[in-house]
Amino acid sequence: MHIIEMRNITKKFPGIIANDDITLGLKKGEIHALLGENGAGKSTLMSVLFGLYKAEKGEILKNGEKVNITGPSDATKLGIGMVHQHFKLVHNFTVLENIILGVETTKNGVLQMKDARQKVLELSQKYELEVDLDKEIRYITVGMQQRVEILKMLYRNNEILIFDEPTAVLTPQEIEALIATMRNMAAEGKSILFITHKLDEIKQAADRCSVLRKGKLIGTVDVAATSKEEMSEMMVGRKLSLTLTKKTPQIGETILQVKNLTQKGDSQKNKLTNITFDVKAGEILCIAGIEGNGQTDLVNAITGLTAVDSGTVAISGVNITNASIRNRGTQGMSHIPEDRHKHGLILDYNLAYNTVLQNYYKTPFQKMGFLQKGKIREYANQLVERFDIRASEGSNSIVRAMSGGNQQKIILAREIANSPKLLIAVQPTRGLDVGAIEYIHKQLLAQRDEGKAVLLISLELEEVMNISDRVLVMYEGEIVANVNPQNITFKELGLYMAGAKREAAVA
Amino acid sequence: MKGDFMDKFLKGSGLSIVSSVAVVIAGMLLGFIVLFISNASQAPAAIVTILTFGFSSLRNFGDVLYFATPIIMTGLSVGFAYKTGLFNIGASGQFTFGAFVAVYIALNFEFLAPPLRIIAALAAAMLAGALWAAIPGLLKAYRNVHEVISCIMTNYIGMFLVNYLILTTIFDPMRASSQRVPPSTHIPIWGLDSIFTDAVRASPLNASIFVAIFSALLMYIILDRTTFGYELKACGLNKDAAKYAGINENRSIIFSMMISGALAGLGGGMHFLSGAGRTMSVADVLANEGFMGISVSLLGLNHPIGIIFSGVLIAYLQRGGFNIQPLGFAQEIIEIAIAVIIYFCAFVLLVRTQLGNVIAKTAAIFGNFIKFGADKSSKSAKSTKGKAV
Repeated sequence: MHIIEMRNITKKFPGIIANDDITLGLKKGEIHALLGENGAGKSTLMSVLFGLYKAEKGEILKNGEKVNITGPSDATKLGIGMVHQHFKLVHNFTVLENIILGVETTKNGVLQMKDARQKVLELSQKYELEVDLDKEIRYITVGMQQRVEILKMLYRNNEILIFDEPTAVLTPQEIEALIATMRNMAAEGKSILFITHKLDEIKQAADRCSVLRKGKLIGTVDVAATSKEEMSEMMVGRKLSLTLTKKTPQIGETILQVKNLTQKGDSQKNKLTNITFDVKAGEILCIAGIEGNGQTDLVNAITGLTAVDSGTVAISGVNITNASIRNRGTQGMSHIPEDRHKHGLILDYNLAYNTVLQNYYKTPFQKMGFLQKGKIREYANQLVERFDIRASEGSNSIVRAMSGGNQQKIILAREIANSPKLLIAVQPTRGLDVGAIEYIHKQLLAQRDEGKAVLLISLELEEVMNISDRVLVMYEGEIVANVNPQNITFKELGLYMAGAKREAAVA
Repeated sequence: MKGDFMDKFLKGSGLSIVSSVAVVIAGMLLGFIVLFISNASQAPAAIVTILTFGFSSLRNFGDVLYFATPIIMTGLSVGFAYKTGLFNIGASGQFTFGAFVAVYIALNFEFLAPPLRIIAALAAAMLAGALWAAIPGLLKAYRNVHEVISCIMTNYIGMFLVNYLILTTIFDPMRASSQRVPPSTHIPIWGLDSIFTDAVRASPLNASIFVAIFSALLMYIILDRTTFGYELKACGLNKDAAKYAGINENRSIIFSMMISGALAGLGGGMHFLSGAGRTMSVADVLANEGFMGISVSLLGLNHPIGIIFSGVLIAYLQRGGFNIQPLGFAQEIIEIAIAVIIYFCAFVLLVRTQLGNVIAKTAAIFGNFIKFGADKSSKSAKSTKGKAV
């Protein structure tokens, strides 16, 4: 018997069938993963269960009895709780206030916080969910905000818990803790639905896995008996090479040289302390580290987004420490930025305009100060063809309406087409699905094989290990290790990242 | 060329002429209700006057265009800033400053022959508007002061400063306002008085309406066709991305404000050299044209060609409204009725275009999705080919 069963669910949106006749059963006490690429229909299905959408067809059963869920309040009554990808918290309320919001206990209209506090404390101890009850949400970390969301569900005695891509915002350590919590909750009899597109996490956490592709249920498998390759094939519909084939690197001359770079922070602590390294032609140098250990400051200093306090940056021997951003570009630096919406694209410009963001003032894209729209479009069409960028109206499409993967392809195409000496890629695969990640990794390797210097900044350990030729680990604004990925284990790398270990030679 | 503009304007904003007209009619009905509440018996006659007065004679239509000119200029000023990501609420101060400088030159630069003096006066008006707008621009670029705050301040400073300057330099105590500029420094009429006239007198319409239209075309070309416009718009749409791309975003902000201010300043200069005996009064009131520019720009969807039409429409309503006073309506009621019409139209247009955008975007996303599914097989074929090469 299933605690929740969704039968023949069909949900249509104009022009698209988001869920096509999906049947899914959740057993009591299991962690059930829902795997699929972006847009496969995972979130839609869960929104139907949570009452945010009404399905055209199909029914939902709880403990074998048909139930009618017309809104989140119905779902809550049935004991269904959901942690959304973007948290639903009141930022200037405390943790405790957020947890009890909507189910406050009152006496003559006065809040009874004492009982609530006691109950939340018990829950947080039982499930090892460490939170600071009296801090306002805006002052706590994303990881703690997520724990608040989980406590909200537990406080309401929900027994069916939905997690929508919960690991997307977490550090490796936080992910580990989250998975432990989920296992803990499942052992206590809670039933968990876990949306993700990361195979490793499914392997670690889930008992069973249902795979969706283009709105259809491809199948439900037993996780222990299914390999990652098999699951990824179900998800994408074709074979993917999870491990990349790499040629031996042909290391050339030094391209980027960073010397004694130090950036002062707001407080007494430096953001970056005495960073020295170089990147050579034909290699991918990866900077690994947990988010917020100075990687962004380092990239901003190298690319010119922020001014350098002390130290030097040079490309092929030319000092560019204080050069303008445009000058760095002409010296051969390309930059795939961390935040593609903030820095990488002008979302309300069309695709063609975005491909000439650094080159619009050069011939043939302008003549006497007038844009040559025909030439720009021609150039964009070449890139669309070469990099297989998909957009409904070709080079005329407004970038905002395009998918994340294709937006990233525009940036990649633009930066590679500038034929740089140095390509700086900051978390280039963040938030993308497996197919797009594979594509971007191949392109980065192709650049390296062409003799370009590639500086990759990544938070994903797997990415670090798979495609880099050399790894620097950053911890609290310093480089604590300089290692060859072939001679190091995940675990060891994790120790460097957490600051528990430090290479003598680097320090 | 003109057809191309119109086509783009209509397509780009997702509107048809029919629906715009429908919105205006709905707005009129609402304005009618206001008039009805105030004075039920005269309301039908009043609304008919508002609707028909502008077209009742060529002279009256000439008046409409004459009053449309300054608000088209301030509308372009607001619209240009808006397109580049800035909200220029300071058009009032820039307008006033431009007006003062133009009037001062027309009165005092006797060493210049009149045709040259007009050109010098208008050029100086543009410069004055540009410099006055550069202040909020500089503050925004280098001190991150929000332009709305600094624009409001420069409006008041501009108004009081100009009042002081009028009092100390070109004051005419008999009129309690600035002196009249000599007729030789009036902007040429170019024979418009023989077209826009009736039995009693001709409309003061002059060449400045052509300058306004030309300014709109120029704005369109700069924003849409030049690398300069590409930079300005890029900064307006996404300052961080513009910086990332190596565009000097501070310089762009300052230039945007200065161009915007130049348009308002030119509007002020032309308005007070227009030959209708207009003088600058010394009152502690901000120039209304600057604020009308916001409505004009909003109603014209911030598009230069749309701004010409919305400027004419608003002037049309105002002329009609002015002429229902004999029917016994208080000036305040008329202004409320007109404002209701304008803001209703602007509001509906805004909501419609925003909604239209959302619908278009959603459709595009789903379109991509379907295309993606259909292309899947060809994609894998392509990627294997890529590997072989």
